[in-house]
Amino acid sequence: MGCIEQMKYEVILKNTSFKECREYVKKNFKEFYQVKPGYRMFDVYLIGVPPVLIGVDGDDVVFPYTKPCYGTFLLRIRGEAEIESLRKG
Amino acid sequence: MSNALLLLGCPESPVQTAIALYLANKLKRDSIDVTVAGTRSAIALLKVSDPEGNYVSETVDLDSCIENLAEKKLDFDLCFVFVYNDAGISYLFTLSSMSDAKLFAIVFGSDADAFASMIDFECEKIVYKTGHNPVPLKRRIDQVMVWDA
Repeated sequence: MGCIEQMKYEVILKNTSFKECREYVKKNFKEFYQVKPGYRMFDVYLIGVPPVLIGVDGDDVVFPYTKPCYGTFLLRIRGEAEIESLRKG
Repeated sequence: MSNALLLLGCPESPVQTAIALYLANKLKRDSIDVTVAGTRSAIALLKVSDPEGNYVSETVDLDSCIENLAEKKLDFDLCFVFVYNDAGISYLFTLSSMSDAKLFAIVFGSDADAFASMIDFECEKIVYKTGHNPVPLKRRIDQVMVWDA
Protein backbone atom coordinates (compact mmCIF):
# COMPACT_ATOMS: atom_id res chain seq x y z
CA MET A 1 0.00 0.00 0.00
CA GLY A 2 2.97 2.23 -0.55
CA CYS A 3 1.14 4.43 -3.00
CA ILE A 4 -1.04 6.05 -0.32
CA GLU A 5 2.05 6.91 1.67
CA GLN A 6 3.44 8.76 -1.35
CA MET A 7 0.30 10.89 -1.66
CA LYS A 8 -0.42 14.14 0.15
CA TYR A 9 -2.45 13.09 3.17
CA GLU A 10 -3.55 14.40 6.53
CA VAL A 11 -3.64 12.11 9.54
CA ILE A 12 -6.88 12.78 11.43
CA LEU A 13 -6.51 9.96 13.98
CA LYS A 14 -3.53 7.75 14.72
CA ASN A 15 -3.08 4.61 16.84
CA THR A 16 -6.81 4.30 16.67
CA SER A 17 -9.31 1.47 16.24
CA PHE A 18 -11.85 0.74 13.55
CA LYS A 19 -14.66 1.49 15.97
CA GLU A 20 -13.22 4.93 16.68
CA CYS A 21 -12.73 5.61 12.97
CA ARG A 22 -16.32 4.61 12.28
CA GLU A 23 -17.66 6.81 15.07
CA TYR A 24 -15.52 9.77 13.99
CA VAL A 25 -16.69 9.56 10.39
CA LYS A 26 -20.34 9.23 11.42
CA LYS A 27 -20.10 12.13 13.83
CA ASN A 28 -18.13 14.55 11.69
CA PHE A 29 -19.28 14.06 8.11
CA LYS A 30 -22.77 14.34 6.72
CA GLU A 31 -21.87 12.28 3.67
CA PHE A 32 -20.40 8.85 4.23
CA TYR A 33 -20.49 5.46 2.60
CA GLN A 34 -20.28 1.95 3.93
CA VAL A 35 -17.96 -0.44 2.08
CA LYS A 36 -16.69 -3.95 2.63
CA PRO A 37 -13.08 -4.74 3.53
CA GLY A 38 -11.19 -5.15 0.27
CA TYR A 39 -12.87 -2.10 -1.31
CA ARG A 40 -10.50 -0.63 -3.90
CA MET A 41 -9.53 3.02 -3.54
CA PHE A 42 -6.43 4.86 -4.82
CA ASP A 43 -5.36 1.50 -6.35
CA VAL A 44 -5.18 -0.18 -2.96
CA TYR A 45 -7.54 -2.55 -1.16
CA LEU A 46 -8.81 -1.32 2.16
CA ILE A 47 -8.21 -3.49 5.19
CA GLY A 48 -10.71 -3.28 7.98
CA VAL A 49 -13.41 -4.46 10.30
CA PRO A 50 -16.83 -4.13 8.68
CA PRO A 51 -18.66 -1.88 8.29
CA VAL A 52 -15.86 0.29 6.92
CA LEU A 53 -17.05 3.88 6.68
CA ILE A 54 -15.60 6.37 4.20
CA GLY A 55 -16.45 10.01 4.76
CA VAL A 56 -16.70 12.65 2.06
CA ASP A 57 -15.79 16.25 2.84
CA GLY A 58 -15.66 18.55 -0.16
CA ASP A 59 -13.16 16.98 -2.58
CA ASP A 60 -11.59 14.85 0.16
CA VAL A 61 -12.22 11.29 1.27
CA VAL A 62 -11.69 10.29 4.89
CA PHE A 63 -10.97 6.63 5.45
CA PRO A 64 -9.23 4.13 7.76
CA TYR A 65 -5.82 2.86 6.70
CA THR A 66 -4.06 -0.02 8.45
CA LYS A 67 -0.35 -0.79 8.62
CA PRO A 68 0.59 -4.15 10.22
CA CYS A 69 3.15 -2.73 12.65
CA TYR A 70 1.68 0.72 13.23
CA GLY A 71 -2.04 0.06 13.57
CA THR A 72 -4.89 2.01 12.09
CA PHE A 73 -4.96 5.64 11.00
CA LEU A 74 -7.83 7.77 9.80
CA LEU A 75 -6.60 9.66 6.74
CA ARG A 76 -7.88 12.52 4.63
CA ILE A 77 -6.82 12.59 0.97
CA ARG A 78 -8.10 14.58 -2.01
CA GLY A 79 -9.95 12.10 -4.18
CA GLU A 80 -12.49 13.43 -6.65
CA ALA A 81 -12.52 10.22 -8.72
CA GLU A 82 -12.91 8.11 -5.56
CA ILE A 83 -15.86 10.25 -4.43
CA GLU A 84 -17.50 9.78 -7.81
CA SER A 85 -17.08 6.00 -7.52
CA LEU A 86 -18.52 6.01 -3.99
CA ARG A 87 -21.54 8.05 -5.10
CA LYS A 88 -22.18 5.73 -8.04
CA GLY A 89 -22.13 2.80 -5.60
CA MET B 1 -7.41 -29.83 1.59
CA SER B 2 -4.47 -28.97 -0.56
CA ASN B 3 -3.21 -25.52 0.31
CA ALA B 4 -2.96 -23.09 3.18
CA LEU B 5 -2.10 -19.45 3.73
CA LEU B 6 -0.30 -18.23 6.82
CA LEU B 7 -0.91 -14.50 7.08
CA LEU B 8 1.61 -12.96 9.41
CA GLY B 9 1.26 -9.69 11.26
CA CYS B 10 3.83 -7.43 12.87
CA PRO B 11 6.82 -9.61 13.85
CA GLU B 12 7.29 -7.79 17.16
CA SER B 13 6.55 -10.94 19.16
CA PRO B 14 9.03 -13.82 18.73
CA VAL B 15 6.16 -16.27 19.08
CA GLN B 16 4.96 -15.51 15.56
CA THR B 17 7.95 -16.82 13.62
CA ALA B 18 8.27 -19.91 15.80
CA ILE B 19 4.59 -20.80 15.42
CA ALA B 20 4.60 -20.04 11.70
CA LEU B 21 7.48 -22.49 11.13
CA TYR B 22 5.85 -25.08 13.39
CA LEU B 23 2.54 -24.78 11.54
CA ALA B 24 4.23 -24.86 8.14
CA ASN B 25 6.01 -28.08 9.08
CA LYS B 26 2.80 -29.63 10.41
CA LEU B 27 0.87 -28.72 7.26
CA LYS B 28 3.66 -29.91 4.99
CA ARG B 29 3.65 -33.29 6.73
CA ASP B 30 -0.04 -33.50 5.85
CA SER B 31 0.83 -32.77 2.18
CA ILE B 32 -0.68 -29.29 2.33
CA ASP B 33 1.15 -26.60 0.32
CA VAL B 34 1.94 -23.58 2.46
CA THR B 35 2.16 -19.97 1.33
CA VAL B 36 3.22 -17.35 3.84
CA ALA B 37 2.21 -13.70 3.43
CA GLY B 38 3.68 -10.96 5.55
CA THR B 39 5.60 -7.74 5.81
CA ARG B 40 9.16 -7.62 4.52
CA SER B 41 10.53 -8.07 8.05
CA ALA B 42 8.20 -10.92 8.93
CA ILE B 43 9.17 -12.78 5.75
CA ALA B 44 12.87 -12.05 6.31
CA LEU B 45 12.67 -13.59 9.79
CA LEU B 46 11.20 -16.75 8.29
CA LYS B 47 13.72 -16.96 5.47
CA VAL B 48 16.67 -16.50 7.79
CA SER B 49 15.32 -19.24 10.06
CA ASP B 50 14.51 -21.54 7.13
CA PRO B 51 17.20 -20.73 4.54
CA GLU B 52 16.72 -23.86 2.45
CA GLY B 53 12.94 -23.66 2.42
CA ASN B 54 12.51 -26.88 4.36
CA TYR B 55 9.31 -25.59 5.97
CA VAL B 56 8.11 -22.70 3.83
CA SER B 57 8.36 -23.04 0.09
CA GLU B 58 6.46 -19.95 -1.00
CA THR B 59 6.26 -16.44 0.39
CA VAL B 60 4.30 -13.48 -0.86
CA ASP B 61 4.17 -9.79 -0.06
CA LEU B 62 1.20 -8.97 2.17
CA ASP B 63 -0.25 -6.29 -0.10
CA SER B 64 0.04 -8.50 -3.21
CA CYS B 65 -1.70 -11.29 -1.36
CA ILE B 66 -4.59 -9.03 -0.34
CA GLU B 67 -4.86 -7.71 -3.89
CA ASN B 68 -5.00 -11.21 -5.39
CA LEU B 69 -7.56 -12.37 -2.84
CA ALA B 70 -9.71 -9.28 -3.43
CA GLU B 71 -9.61 -9.83 -7.19
CA LYS B 72 -10.40 -13.55 -6.72
CA LYS B 73 -7.18 -14.53 -8.50
CA LEU B 74 -6.18 -16.55 -5.49
CA ASP B 75 -7.76 -18.47 -2.65
CA PHE B 76 -6.85 -21.21 -0.21
CA ASP B 77 -8.47 -24.14 1.56
CA LEU B 78 -7.12 -23.06 4.94
CA CYS B 79 -6.07 -19.66 6.20
CA PHE B 80 -4.29 -18.91 9.47
CA VAL B 81 -4.22 -15.25 10.47
CA PHE B 82 -1.80 -14.20 13.20
CA VAL B 83 -3.35 -11.61 15.49
CA TYR B 84 -1.07 -9.74 17.86
CA ASN B 85 -2.52 -6.23 17.65
CA ASP B 86 -5.48 -4.26 16.33
CA ALA B 87 -4.10 -4.43 12.80
CA GLY B 88 -4.18 -8.22 13.03
CA ILE B 89 -7.89 -8.05 13.81
CA SER B 90 -8.39 -5.87 10.74
CA TYR B 91 -6.60 -8.39 8.54
CA LEU B 92 -8.60 -11.25 10.04
CA PHE B 93 -11.94 -9.56 9.28
CA THR B 94 -10.71 -8.66 5.81
CA LEU B 95 -9.74 -12.27 5.10
CA SER B 96 -13.11 -13.41 6.39
CA SER B 97 -14.79 -11.05 3.96
CA MET B 98 -12.64 -11.98 0.93
CA SER B 99 -11.85 -15.65 1.20
CA ASP B 100 -13.77 -18.91 1.25
CA ALA B 101 -10.99 -20.63 3.19
CA LYS B 102 -11.56 -22.30 6.54
CA LEU B 103 -10.29 -19.58 8.80
CA PHE B 104 -8.12 -19.92 11.91
CA ALA B 105 -7.31 -16.96 14.16
CA ILE B 106 -4.06 -17.41 16.05
CA VAL B 107 -4.37 -14.79 18.77
CA PHE B 108 -1.46 -14.14 21.12
CA GLY B 109 0.28 -11.39 23.09
CA SER B 110 -0.74 -9.57 26.25
CA ASP B 111 -4.11 -8.48 24.82
CA ALA B 112 -4.99 -11.87 23.35
CA ASP B 113 -8.23 -12.30 25.30
CA ALA B 114 -9.50 -8.83 24.41
CA PHE B 115 -8.75 -9.34 20.72
CA ALA B 116 -10.31 -12.81 20.75
CA SER B 117 -13.52 -11.37 22.19
CA MET B 118 -13.76 -9.02 19.18
CA ILE B 119 -14.02 -11.95 16.77
CA ASP B 120 -17.75 -12.30 16.28
CA PHE B 121 -17.87 -14.44 13.15
CA GLU B 122 -17.36 -18.14 12.65
CA CYS B 123 -13.73 -19.17 12.74
CA GLU B 124 -11.47 -21.42 14.76
CA LYS B 125 -9.85 -19.37 17.52
CA ILE B 126 -6.48 -20.48 18.87
CA VAL B 127 -5.82 -18.12 21.75
CA TYR B 128 -3.08 -17.86 24.34
CA LYS B 129 -1.81 -14.85 26.24
CA THR B 130 1.87 -15.24 25.44
CA GLY B 131 4.43 -13.10 23.69
CA HIS B 132 7.66 -15.00 24.21
CA ASN B 133 6.97 -18.64 24.92
CA PRO B 134 5.42 -20.44 21.93
CA VAL B 135 4.83 -23.77 23.71
CA PRO B 136 1.32 -23.07 25.11
CA LEU B 137 0.19 -21.86 21.69
CA LYS B 138 1.75 -24.91 20.04
CA ARG B 139 -0.25 -27.14 22.39
CA ARG B 140 -3.48 -25.34 21.43
CA ILE B 141 -2.64 -25.80 17.75
CA ASP B 142 -2.07 -29.52 18.26
CA GLN B 143 -5.51 -29.79 19.87
CA VAL B 144 -7.26 -27.94 17.05
CA MET B 145 -5.46 -29.21 13.98
CA VAL B 146 -6.84 -32.67 13.63
CA TRP B 147 -7.87 -33.30 10.06
CA ASP B 148 -10.44 -35.78 8.80
CA ALA B 149 -7.96 -37.06 6.23
